[in-house]
Order: sequence, then C-alpha cells, then structure tokens
Amino acid sequence: MNLNIRYFASIREALGPSQQVEVAAGTTLGALRDHLIASSAAHAAALERGCALRCAVNQTICAESAVIPDGAEVAFFPPVTGG
Amino acid sequence: MVARVQIQTQNFNLCDEVEALRANDPSVGAVASFVGLVRDRNDGLDVSAMELEHYPGMTERAIEAMIEEAHRRFDIRGARVIHRVGLLLPMDQIVLVAVSSSHRGTAFQACEFIMDFLKTQAPFWKKEQTPEGARWVDARVSDDAAAARWGLTQINTAA
Repeated sequence: MNLNIRYFASIREALGPSQQVEVAAGTTLGALRDHLIASSAAHAAALERGCALRCAVNQTICAESAVIPDGAEVAFFPPVTGG
Repeated sequence: MVARVQIQTQNFNLCDEVEALRANDPSVGAVASFVGLVRDRNDGLDVSAMELEHYPGMTERAIEAMIEEAHRRFDIRGARVIHRVGLLLPMDQIVLVAVSSSHRGTAFQACEFIMDFLKTQAPFWKKEQTPEGARWVDARVSDDAAAARWGLTQINTAA
C-alpha cells in the first residue's frame, strides 16, 4: 500500500515536509519507523530509537503497535511544545 | 456562531473574545480565561523571537476534541481557543483559552484542563531565536505532570 508520510519541526528540517512510501498491507507504525530508519542515514538519525518521537495516523496520535490503514496519512514529529 | 478553535497568525483581543463567548447567554455567571505570552528568556538564554509551527487540520481537530472532553467533564456553557502560529516576538500573545460557565469553579477548572491538555497533546512546535542561534524548544516533564493530574495518560516527553 502507498502511504503519505509527513514530518514536522526538527524532523521536517532533517527529512523534508513529506514523502511517499510503499509498504506491505498490515504494516504497523513501529514497522514503518524501522523501514524508514533503514532507508537512509538521515532517516536513521531523525527517527532513531530512544529519541522522543510522536506518531499520528490520519491526524490522530497513535501507539507504534497501531496497524496503518491503506492510503493513510502518517506523521512523525517531536514532542509538542505549544501553548 | 463563532468557531470554537482558531489557528491564526494575527493577534487577538481578549475583551472581544470574552464578549463573543458569553453573548446572548444569560445563564453565564463566570468566564475564566488564560493568555499565554512569549517570554524574553527561556532555559537560560535570551529569546529575541519565536517561530510557531503546527499541523494544519490535526491541530484544530485535536483542540476540538479537548473542548468536547471539557464539556463532558465540567458543567460549562462554552469554550474558545485561539492559538497563533508564525513569527512572534517577546510580549506577543500566543494562546487564549476562555471558558464560560454558570459558576466560577467549573470555569477555572475547565480552563486549566484545556490548557494542560493543549500543552501536551496539540501539535504545535516552538523554535526560538537566541544569541547562540535558533533552537527547538524542549517539551517539559512538568507539563506531562500537569496533564496527568486530569488523568490524561499520553506522555508527550516519552521516548
């Protein structure tokens, strides 16, 4: 399935605002993160395990165990700092 | 009816917003409001400016859900949130949360609830200009603790 991935804040600065990725149906957020980490050194640095990272699927914050629906908009971003 | 959530670059006027929030509702006996401002200093460095980024669409949805939750938890009449994005300077207003209610207790509580929720769950990011260069603001564990008091369990700062 094809996914539209969006990045924000420091991750956007490292990886750009968005990218398209092709992954197997049933992929979880955590597996997608691993897939991206393996795709380039820049991705590995921006999304590395152990750094605080939030993920959203179709604009709702989700745990990495969440299965991504086909055609979903996925976003990765650092902890939020508004207000 | 005025939109409950507004993300905008332009400034806002507290008096106008409170007027709109309580207009035509004689059951309102209390309005509590919070205004967040840009400080000229953060984490030991002078701050000369701040850039605020958000996730268009998700930010509005997330804050709408927070207001819905405030209505479920507290007996309030209405709530309004305005959050600015883009370039802001010290002393500029960043955020407004205003809540109307029949009595002050629920107005105070719901206002603080929405603000604590927003600080840890609404997708905004601040980048500040300092004498040592630009830096992204770090999320605070104390904000997670404030949200946890309301039973909000999603931890913003978790690795």
